[in-house]
Amino acid sequence: MSDFRNPYTLSGAGLFMLSSLFVCYITIKRISTPSIWVALYWIIILFTSFNAVAKSFVNESRSRMLYYYTLINPAQFILAKMCYHAVLMLLLSIAGVVIYSTLFQMTIQDPLLFWTGAMLGSTGLAFVLSLLSTIAAKAGNNLTLLAILGLPILLPLILVSSALTKNAIDGLDWAVQWKYAFVLLGLNVVCFSLSVILFPYLWRE
Amino acid sequence: MKLPFALKIASIILVFFALIAGFLVDVPRLDILNETIRNLFFHVTSWFAMVFLFIASFGYSIHYLNTGNAKSDLLAKIFVQTGMVFGVAGLSTGMLWAQYTWGSYWVPDPKLNGAAVALLAYLAYVVLRNSMTDELARAKVSAVYNIFAFVMMVIFIFILPRMTSSLHPGNGGNPAFSSYDLDNSMRIVFYPATIGWILLGLWISELKYRIETLHKKDEEFSNASPIHLDGD
Repeated sequence: MSDFRNPYTLSGAGLFMLSSLFVCYITIKRISTPSIWVALYWIIILFTSFNAVAKSFVNESRSRMLYYYTLINPAQFILAKMCYHAVLMLLLSIAGVVIYSTLFQMTIQDPLLFWTGAMLGSTGLAFVLSLLSTIAAKAGNNLTLLAILGLPILLPLILVSSALTKNAIDGLDWAVQWKYAFVLLGLNVVCFSLSVILFPYLWRE
Repeated sequence: MKLPFALKIASIILVFFALIAGFLVDVPRLDILNETIRNLFFHVTSWFAMVFLFIASFGYSIHYLNTGNAKSDLLAKIFVQTGMVFGVAGLSTGMLWAQYTWGSYWVPDPKLNGAAVALLAYLAYVVLRNSMTDELARAKVSAVYNIFAFVMMVIFIFILPRMTSSLHPGNGGNPAFSSYDLDNSMRIVFYPATIGWILLGLWISELKYRIETLHKKDEEFSNASPIHLDGD
């Protein structure tokens, strides 16, 4: 993958998240309502993920793609990409939660569930955006196009993960929460398998 | 693709039946709902037609990916376009209904948001198609996106509203229209109306398909013509 050879993508995404966190902190300073706290967190993560994942395919040159094509089959390629993006998003969102909750104080009543929601949400973002950025790359490396394509598709994921994390802050009972956790896990599985199934069709030109 | 003549006649009869009987048939007298219950014949039927057309488009996209048949790609695109017309019809009739029963054209409800976002996803499909010029790549890429969008639409419209509370009839413990309709008088109009709108949607798609095929032939013909009449 070109990301390690060109570490600016990695540090760029991290820096993007950090600066947007600080912009929010400077402008808002204090958040007392859990729903707004969660909404702001997911908005920051959403745009960070666009930055982190989108760059990855855009940076791959045509000749390097051809080189990959001779080495491995498409399913392996997308699996590798998705795993890498999932790990990247996990690291980013761990850092994000830690920094965000130090800047904006909020008592999370059910930390385990909150982390589950935050982690599953970010892996889901990584899976969906891995495929969508390939699509956008085929249509001329257009970041605007990725946003248009991605936002409606990502909304169910954002909706469920923000509901789960908000309920975790409020400390709702597992009897209510397991439904959201289950659907979030299901969304991850659906996005993952759709990407693996559909990518081989995009691969060949 | 060609719709049999009998089905076209049936579509005209059923749609006119739905329009006339929809306003004239006896409906249950209920508080708040009053006469707006007649929206069942227009709003719910448009959504059914939309979902039917999107399923057709989804099927043709899968068929395209498996066979590479250019016709399937064209049909997938046309079914999305016709489906969106019905989606807009369903959204606007729903908004009118909401104004008279909920007191506002738009409320923050999972079902409503899901519907709006699903339409946005299909608009994105149209934008994606327009942004690419290479026909083969466009067909492939848009088929993949269409499949993704369809799965997400199913999750958004049919699964998520069932999880949370929703004002929408048939969700979150609210009774659906059918439970008000004790003597089944509304079904007599509802089912024919659904079939009528679906057939009308297929008919519109068929006409669009034939027009686009003719355009394509026309282009091919003018490109292939070896004689240039403009004199240079």
